[in-house]
Amino acid sequence: MQRHLISAADLTRDDAVLILDTAEEMARVADRPIKKLPTLRGRTVVNLFFEDSTRTRISFEAAEKRLSADVINFTAKGSSVSKGESLKDTAQTLEAMGVDAVVIRHGASGAPYRLANSGWIDAAVINAGDGTHQHPTQALLDAFTMRRRLVGRDAGIGQDLAGKRITIVGDILHGRVARSNVDLLHTLGAEVTLVAPPTLVPVGVETWPCEVSYDLDSTLPKSDAVMMLRVQRERMNAAFFPTEREYSRRYGLDADRMARMPEHAIVMHPGPMVRGMEITAEVADSDRCTAIEQVANGVSIRMAVLYLLLGGNEPAVSHTRIEEK
Amino acid sequence: MDRQQDTQASDARPVLEGPDIARVLTRIAHEIVERAKGADDVVLLGIPTRGVFLAQRLAAKLEEITERKISLGSLDITMYRDDLRMHPPRALARTEIPGDGIDGRLVILVDDVLFSGRTIRAALDALNDIGRPRAVQLAVLVDRGHRELPIRADYVGKNIPTSLRETVKVMLAEEDGRDTVLLGAKQTSQ
Repeated sequence: MQRHLISAADLTRDDAVLILDTAEEMARVADRPIKKLPTLRGRTVVNLFFEDSTRTRISFEAAEKRLSADVINFTAKGSSVSKGESLKDTAQTLEAMGVDAVVIRHGASGAPYRLANSGWIDAAVINAGDGTHQHPTQALLDAFTMRRRLVGRDAGIGQDLAGKRITIVGDILHGRVARSNVDLLHTLGAEVTLVAPPTLVPVGVETWPCEVSYDLDSTLPKSDAVMMLRVQRERMNAAFFPTEREYSRRYGLDADRMARMPEHAIVMHPGPMVRGMEITAEVADSDRCTAIEQVANGVSIRMAVLYLLLGGNEPAVSHTRIEEK
Repeated sequence: MDRQQDTQASDARPVLEGPDIARVLTRIAHEIVERAKGADDVVLLGIPTRGVFLAQRLAAKLEEITERKISLGSLDITMYRDDLRMHPPRALARTEIPGDGIDGRLVILVDDVLFSGRTIRAALDALNDIGRPRAVQLAVLVDRGHRELPIRADYVGKNIPTSLRETVKVMLAEEDGRDTVLLGAKQTSQ
């Protein structure tokens, strides 16, 4: 029995729809005077962040607190990790403290998988982003935002994203967000097109369940949602394109390009946005841009995941993953 | 699985039929108007799944009697259950609080069957996080006894004395295609 959330690819369609439906109910808690549910009272969740992150950590923390879990924040900086402690020892320390779930962000792809499958700990492991691999809760909150905007809040209950055309633009090579989104959106029946300069498309992309294009302008009129990804300067060790200006002219979303999208289409951005680079301020501030909504939806999605993994005596999400040999 | 359900259906006998349910709800609506002196500040909150449909029907009857709009909503108690840790997580149902809130109002919780009283305990906890009603009352279609908490209903459709080996199944047209209350024997295998 699996009780972890490591990769968006592990989720079946029914699991994903259950998480989205649960998040829809969780979202209503935010409108109440007391934004708290007693559901995870007495459960301890550790936010184990080996990589810098503000919004994901705060989002998880808000979700955990709204469900009444006890929250411990652990950042690698200034901790025993900077003194040379291994992941195994850190994990076993947490286990000894009686932790029920570990939310982990790690620079190395596969670290959450290792933690979940090594037998070091009994706690549920939730991947909050590992290297260039996966960021499943981001993909879930993006899918949730799309379903709310493109299908409808109430009309969307029980529905997937069948037939919706999603375009993901930007740094696919370094982006765990793109990979998680491709996996989940494919599971939910959407058609995904990746748009990026050839240098920012990973090797092996032809095995992904999506299309790849190098031309943004021809893709925009056929999109129900356009997701702009940040060009991750901190991961750029080599020159992937001549200048930022050139990137911005070919792959940036400005008002002219937005006008070419269908009337109902939305612009998404997982944040943090670099205004003037992949998105202009005019687009970022328009009604069609869901960046702020995505942040709010992130808390609802993380509440749903935490509830479904920790709320009962066993998880409600049934994974179909291959065991480590 | 299917066979088991068939046996259960054939063993079960109806204790309330469609017209009885309609009459019972009419009576409860009149009782509410009488006790609440006109039902001015009443908010009906149905507990999913079937409590919601009963609350809708009660609201329609109250509107007929008082010729006023009745505040109607639903209250999902899943997250407040005391047995969450004993089962896999359940799917959540809708909580819909009327726009003008419940503060200072008379909230009437509506459910299909009153049994252990634990659902109502959870509902009271849930209400506590939503607002502060003037008073809370409880209306149920069937009271089958066997309370495990000091809770009672203010409006009861029908008292049905049962043994713990029996099951009470409320079926409503909105959810199950027909109106009836069935009393059956519990599956021994479960």
